[in-house]
Amino acid sequence: MVAYIVQRLLLMVLTLFGVSVAIFVLLRIVPGNIADILFDSAGLIDPADKAKIISDLGLDRSIPVQYAQWINGLFHGDLGYSYVSEKPVLDEILPRIPITARLAGLALFFSVMFGVPLGVISAVRQNTWLDYGLRVISLSGLSLPAFWLGLLILMAFVRWFGTIPIYDRVPESFLQELALFAIPAAAVGFRSSALIMRLTRSSMLEVLRQDYVRTARSKGMSEGSVTFDHALRNALLPVITTIGIETAILFGGLIVTETVFNIPGVARFLVEAIRWRDYPMVQNLVMFIAIVVVTVNLLVDLTYMLVDPRIRYSE
Amino acid sequence: MSSAGRLAVTCLLLSMFGAGAHAQKQGGVLRVTHRDNPPSASIHEEATISTVMPFASVFNNLVVFDPDSRQNRLDRIIPELATRWAWSEDGRTLTFTLRDDVKWHDGQKFTSSDVKCTWDMLTGRSESKLRKNPRKSWYFDVREITTDGPNEVAFHLVDPQPSLLALLAAGFSPVYPCHVNAAQMRTHPIGTGPFKFVELKQNESMRVERNPDYWKPGRPYLDGVEFTIIPNRSTAILAFVSGRFDMTFTGELPPELVKDVQAQAPKAICVMQPTNTQGNLLINFDRPPFNDARIRKAVGLAIDRRAFSEIISRGIDKLGGAMMPPPEGQWGMTPEVLETVPGYGKDVEQAREQGRAIMRSLGYGPDKPLAIKVSTRNIPDYRDAAVILIDHLKNVYIQGELEPIDTSVWYARMARKDYSVGMNVQGVGVDDPDVVLFATYACGSERNYTGYCNAELEKLFHKQSMTADVEQRRQIVWQIDEALQEDGARPVIYHGQAGTCWQPSVKGVRLAVNTIYNHWRFEDVWLDR
Repeated sequence: MVAYIVQRLLLMVLTLFGVSVAIFVLLRIVPGNIADILFDSAGLIDPADKAKIISDLGLDRSIPVQYAQWINGLFHGDLGYSYVSEKPVLDEILPRIPITARLAGLALFFSVMFGVPLGVISAVRQNTWLDYGLRVISLSGLSLPAFWLGLLILMAFVRWFGTIPIYDRVPESFLQELALFAIPAAAVGFRSSALIMRLTRSSMLEVLRQDYVRTARSKGMSEGSVTFDHALRNALLPVITTIGIETAILFGGLIVTETVFNIPGVARFLVEAIRWRDYPMVQNLVMFIAIVVVTVNLLVDLTYMLVDPRIRYSE
Repeated sequence: MSSAGRLAVTCLLLSMFGAGAHAQKQGGVLRVTHRDNPPSASIHEEATISTVMPFASVFNNLVVFDPDSRQNRLDRIIPELATRWAWSEDGRTLTFTLRDDVKWHDGQKFTSSDVKCTWDMLTGRSESKLRKNPRKSWYFDVREITTDGPNEVAFHLVDPQPSLLALLAAGFSPVYPCHVNAAQMRTHPIGTGPFKFVELKQNESMRVERNPDYWKPGRPYLDGVEFTIIPNRSTAILAFVSGRFDMTFTGELPPELVKDVQAQAPKAICVMQPTNTQGNLLINFDRPPFNDARIRKAVGLAIDRRAFSEIISRGIDKLGGAMMPPPEGQWGMTPEVLETVPGYGKDVEQAREQGRAIMRSLGYGPDKPLAIKVSTRNIPDYRDAAVILIDHLKNVYIQGELEPIDTSVWYARMARKDYSVGMNVQGVGVDDPDVVLFATYACGSERNYTGYCNAELEKLFHKQSMTADVEQRRQIVWQIDEALQEDGARPVIYHGQAGTCWQPSVKGVRLAVNTIYNHWRFEDVWLDR
């Protein structure tokens, strides 16, 4: 077990190294750089001033040298300065992480809270009106584009309640914060819960047909015990994998929701940083998201053992 | 009227004005939506309203356009940091006397040295440099700036240039402090204006707060102004309609959205105004076959400007040349004059037939069209216009293919002249020929993307610049504008209009009709709630 975790941690380091090289090189291959973009807002390009900006930012050095400087900075806790705000990257990123974490966490909570139980109900009540209804709802969840759903929610709020649930100031209390994030989280969670629900349903249907479930029933166990203690536990493995993937997607992929609900989170900030070719910001944000993804993957793998005791990661 | 009657009327008027003077309410924070993340807070380094609107209130100019006059013009300029000004007899020296009761937000005293520092930096004469200097070309005529004591500063010019005063009155011409460097001005600007900078959160918000030591007594009325960045236009409009915001970002709403806002919030005050932005065509003079004047003329004849206006803005956008058309614009050609310019006539089919004849004479035809790429920035305003352009060009046997260029490399491509035909949208900071002509059409100017160069015409640029008489100057400008359109220097297709809305509780908003860049001090704005 310990050896397995050590092995995974080493793999994580390798993966992060690969990500760092990929993002660093890709960013510099993409046409345009910060100097071009800075001049965009001036409506002209002065070659001398542009050259000075490039030199000041160290972009005239070779890519390996720039890479080495960045990695060296990372090891010393120096993430560099944003080209746009001219402030330390850490100061820009840190306040945004909790915002996205809360939104993603709440969305995940909604997805699991609705997705798993409804998936179980749908499987247990297969081919009933309840099952049909839940499947239609889940299909809607998968089909509705997030920006469209988000806008519909905003319009409905303005029309019926005369207010709009967008993030336009820092919430002052926990309740205010919950109210602020609940609507966008529900909008995002709708799609994720639909996915989890469908997966739980199909996984449950498969498990419910297994011999050991029939044996449990024939032993006289209650239907609840059969469903939750025997079937669900075994059906959860693929669902946990999906939840893990969804967590990773949510952390970096909330761009649409953050834009529509005007939430100043990591995803919106990352897209804006890419638009500006704000290399230090993009590099560090991508690395941060990569760390979240590989960590979640590790946690998912470790969770398998808790859910299914048959799984052991031996040497 | 009897004396008693006169007295009664006088009392009534006095009471009305008295009430008016005391009607303004102090306090409250004005909440405004903002369309995007401003590149920086330094007005002198940017050429975008995204920076001017939120940060103009931090600063003062030497002089400003009178906010009570909706048209920004040379004869409606009032003092701000200057108490008065005087021209020398030869028109080559403009001397300002400055207020002596003004302090920077960090407590230092404002003096003539600050004015000198600012314009020495803008003209490239000082040690202190701006990272970008987009308006260096505005001050082509400034030879030297001198001070005489702390309260007097003089601009010495190479040639007489009456409109220098208009340039100094623009929203793009605030006075910067000598003791604060350019880098700090980008992130934490210090000014003398009615509001102090508080914070700029990237992609989130900007905030300014009341300057209690403002030199203008009783101003500003507001405690502060908050700009929230909402890049999604639908969200921004819904947020305004719901009452969460007091005002929309200026010039951001196209006609359909203004109607939408008014339908959903009938009490909102919405104003459609010319933005002094123009859609124009870039033709690369150095790249064959467009180095041939005949082809450029055929392109000009293919364009149906009225159709552009109908499609893009339901006919609200106006037709004009290089200068903004009247009555809002002071220098543009009248419709009667404009109609005589090739490509502007009402008979579009006849013009296109002329264009086809030119193309046939050059060996092109329906079976052998000229294949070109129409380059444009990959953002909707540009792309939509480029698609219409491609359709129009087909009428003169030109087969265009849309080449959307990432906005990050647009100006780099233009600067390298790496295009054949491009669709461009350009904003004008001050409705004055000196701004438009020298920056856009002068030989070698950085913003002259097409490479157009006409030395003879440039002499007229200088002549109009030196002419003090407005009517005489206008005649020269029309002559220049006509020549520019005939030369296909940068065929102007439309002059844009857009809307700004605010809640009825917001009072004292003044918008100019010939620019969106001025009148953003917010010092006369107050909230009636």
